[in-house]
Amino acid sequence: MSTLFNARLSRRHFVQGLAGSALLGSATRGPAQNAAAPSVLIGPNFDLSIDTLPANFTGNARRATAVNGQVPAPLLRMRQGDTITVRVTNRLPRPTSIHWHGMIVPADMDGVPGISFPGIAPGSTFTYRFKANQYGTYWYHAHSRFQEQVGLYGPIVIERRGGERHASDREHVILLSDWTDLDPEHIYTTLKRQSDYYNFGKRTVGDFFADARRNGWRETIADRRMWGEMRMNPTDLLDVSGYAYTYLMNGVTPTGNWTATFNRGERVRLRIINGSSMSFFDVRIPGLKMTVVAADGQDVEPVTVDEFRIGAAEVYDVIVEPSDDRAYTIFAQAMDRSGYARGTLAPRAGMSAEVPAMDPRPLLAMSDMGMAHGQDMSSSDMSQMDHAAMGHTMPMPSSSGGALKHPATESSRNVDMQVAQATPRLNDAGVGLRDNGRRVLTYADLHTIGGPIDSREPGREIELHLTGHMQRFIWSFNGQKFSEAEPLRFMHGERLRVVLINDSMMNHPIHLHGMWSELEDESGAFLVRKHTVTVQPAQRVAYQVTADAMGRWAYHCHLLYHMEAGMFREVVVAHGEQSSEHHHS
Amino acid sequence: MSTLIPLIALLAQGTSEQEHVPPDPPTAQDDHSMPYKEMARMMEMDDRSTFGKVMLDRLEWRDADGGSAFEWNADAWYGNDYDKLWLKTEGKRHAGETESARTELLWNHTLTRWWNLQSGVRHDSPSGASRNWAALGVQGLAPGFIDVEATMYVADQGRAAARIAAERDFLLTQRLILQPELELNAYAHDDPVNQIGSGLSDLELGLRLRYEPRREFATYLGLAWTRHFGTTASLLRSGGDDSQQWQAVAGLRMWF
Repeated sequence: MSTLFNARLSRRHFVQGLAGSALLGSATRGPAQNAAAPSVLIGPNFDLSIDTLPANFTGNARRATAVNGQVPAPLLRMRQGDTITVRVTNRLPRPTSIHWHGMIVPADMDGVPGISFPGIAPGSTFTYRFKANQYGTYWYHAHSRFQEQVGLYGPIVIERRGGERHASDREHVILLSDWTDLDPEHIYTTLKRQSDYYNFGKRTVGDFFADARRNGWRETIADRRMWGEMRMNPTDLLDVSGYAYTYLMNGVTPTGNWTATFNRGERVRLRIINGSSMSFFDVRIPGLKMTVVAADGQDVEPVTVDEFRIGAAEVYDVIVEPSDDRAYTIFAQAMDRSGYARGTLAPRAGMSAEVPAMDPRPLLAMSDMGMAHGQDMSSSDMSQMDHAAMGHTMPMPSSSGGALKHPATESSRNVDMQVAQATPRLNDAGVGLRDNGRRVLTYADLHTIGGPIDSREPGREIELHLTGHMQRFIWSFNGQKFSEAEPLRFMHGERLRVVLINDSMMNHPIHLHGMWSELEDESGAFLVRKHTVTVQPAQRVAYQVTADAMGRWAYHCHLLYHMEAGMFREVVVAHGEQSSEHHHS
Repeated sequence: MSTLIPLIALLAQGTSEQEHVPPDPPTAQDDHSMPYKEMARMMEMDDRSTFGKVMLDRLEWRDADGGSAFEWNADAWYGNDYDKLWLKTEGKRHAGETESARTELLWNHTLTRWWNLQSGVRHDSPSGASRNWAALGVQGLAPGFIDVEATMYVADQGRAAARIAAERDFLLTQRLILQPELELNAYAHDDPVNQIGSGLSDLELGLRLRYEPRREFATYLGLAWTRHFGTTASLLRSGGDDSQQWQAVAGLRMWF
């Protein structure tokens, strides 16, 4: 490729990437793996080597952080019940780590530097040892600074003892990610300097007049006035957009078109992992229904949908049954419609199907701000909302009714908004997916087979508000950044309820290490067991946790830059006086 | 169906309660958290870390009597989420000499949701006599996305001054941005050597249309209307200058 051409790469080229798989590897290795056939390592013993590697996804030569010379890292296949050994050698000039996302492992094997262990020093080897007691689809990634963003992520499949519950004829792993040619440190600094830098979908003067024609002057002015009073932007959906990202499917750009094959009439299981740092994807396969059979590795009662939203770090297994001799596009558009990952499911390699146009860029709705639909948008209502929300110190009642109270720590310069009401809305598909004419998966559709891991009623409740300041790019729980908060303390053996109230206007995928988050419905009944729970703006989500994992654990928003900016807590599980006698068989 | 499946699963496989295996307790984990600094270093995650930004908001040529004038307005900050060192400078060069220059060095402290307290010193080095001031003000985002700076200044001999500046962006497209701007200066005492009279001294209204090929770099065209009031206007007129003028402006805006 000539320098001239390089210099003239269009933005479209940047976003959609190069044809063919990414050019990975040094001259000695040759131009790398065909990412269409991701390498698979079979357990129980693994040797992983972490090193930087030349990478070229967009026409620009960059360096990625790779495992065994690959981005994404190789698929690790394990068998349920095996004792797993992973020797991880760090060939980077800086410390590294690997976290086994969704796997329940001892606290010192969980891979979070500063909490689980000291990290893996340059040139050294750390040996992880743990038992794979569970089965399902999981993934692994670095927990060191921005190494996850630059390529250190890979899938894990643990085969169920006795065979899969939901039979399939073949399976493919689909790992979605967000590659950037920029230095992640630069992205983080940029967000601190101008937090809306990557948002090229803001409302313009032209949109104002178009809205006025459509909705009338009065309503349009009231709308702009409301957002202006809040100093919020209804187009603030993702902090980092397709302007910086090229979205990848198994390490392949949209132009590269990662392709998986099937034979007509087969039941094909797709294990779909969102390994991105900052992106929510809306996934569909036009022409095919998807039957969701597992969420975050946990088998669920099958539910058939057209589309689902997958937050960073979430995992869904779906079964599709392509019956025609044709190609199908696997389409994963970013939530802000600034780009997409794309691949193809086809009877033979080399085929492709039409790539759908991206949906229109959505705007946040009233319900995303904790205001009822049809609520008057006048400024007096807004100021009421502000004042009603501030200065209260009483804990939130466990029921979802009643006026919402906020913790005192939230009356902070770190917090730019508080919702007047937060609702469970578990059947809300979320911004941009509501009433789109397709059957979209919601959390209310998910029912983990086998019930909760613990049938006891929770003995207590911990409420945490998801808070932030968009403009200053500060993120926190209860208005407190990680540096300002004490660890959360769980008593070993207790069953407790965690209530998350999203006081921000962004979706946050919240990940508790070491213990399951057992989501409950509005009446407190068990819905689904997850490792990462996405909380929508102005949503109230409750899940139960059994604190059966001794030690220190990480608890954080899985949007990488939110975590770095303070949306992180340590959870300590220790023996307490009220510790119950509960044991598992 | 929905109730049958878990029932079948229960009979065949047992419940999640039976299947779930808690992890073994850690054998090599410290019981207690380390001090934050040590932990942040090990985690490579520090929400107290410092950042910096240099904003050359206006590097501007103005059509003025007797050739063009150059005006600048820039600031720079360095610090964490709560406390920043903030440098501001603004001034004008005309006909080969610096007519006015204002430099402020401020401690910027995050006060509330939308407002920062700024306190520090200001140094004026105009063509007349230089002045030093103590500064105290607020900077923040007012309702309607209006960037506002409002600062009071005091100096020796009972001198006092006030300055208010406000601006707002209107997006014509994602990269073409119209920015109205207002700046107002007032003084408590006459300062004839610097052509300043007491009371409301001057008002400037600007309208700039900028194009951002990149967020960090923009070129712009615009109009500025300046009006001087009261004693300041008299002083200017007696020196042969207009107390009110329209100027076409063109400039660069960049930050890093």
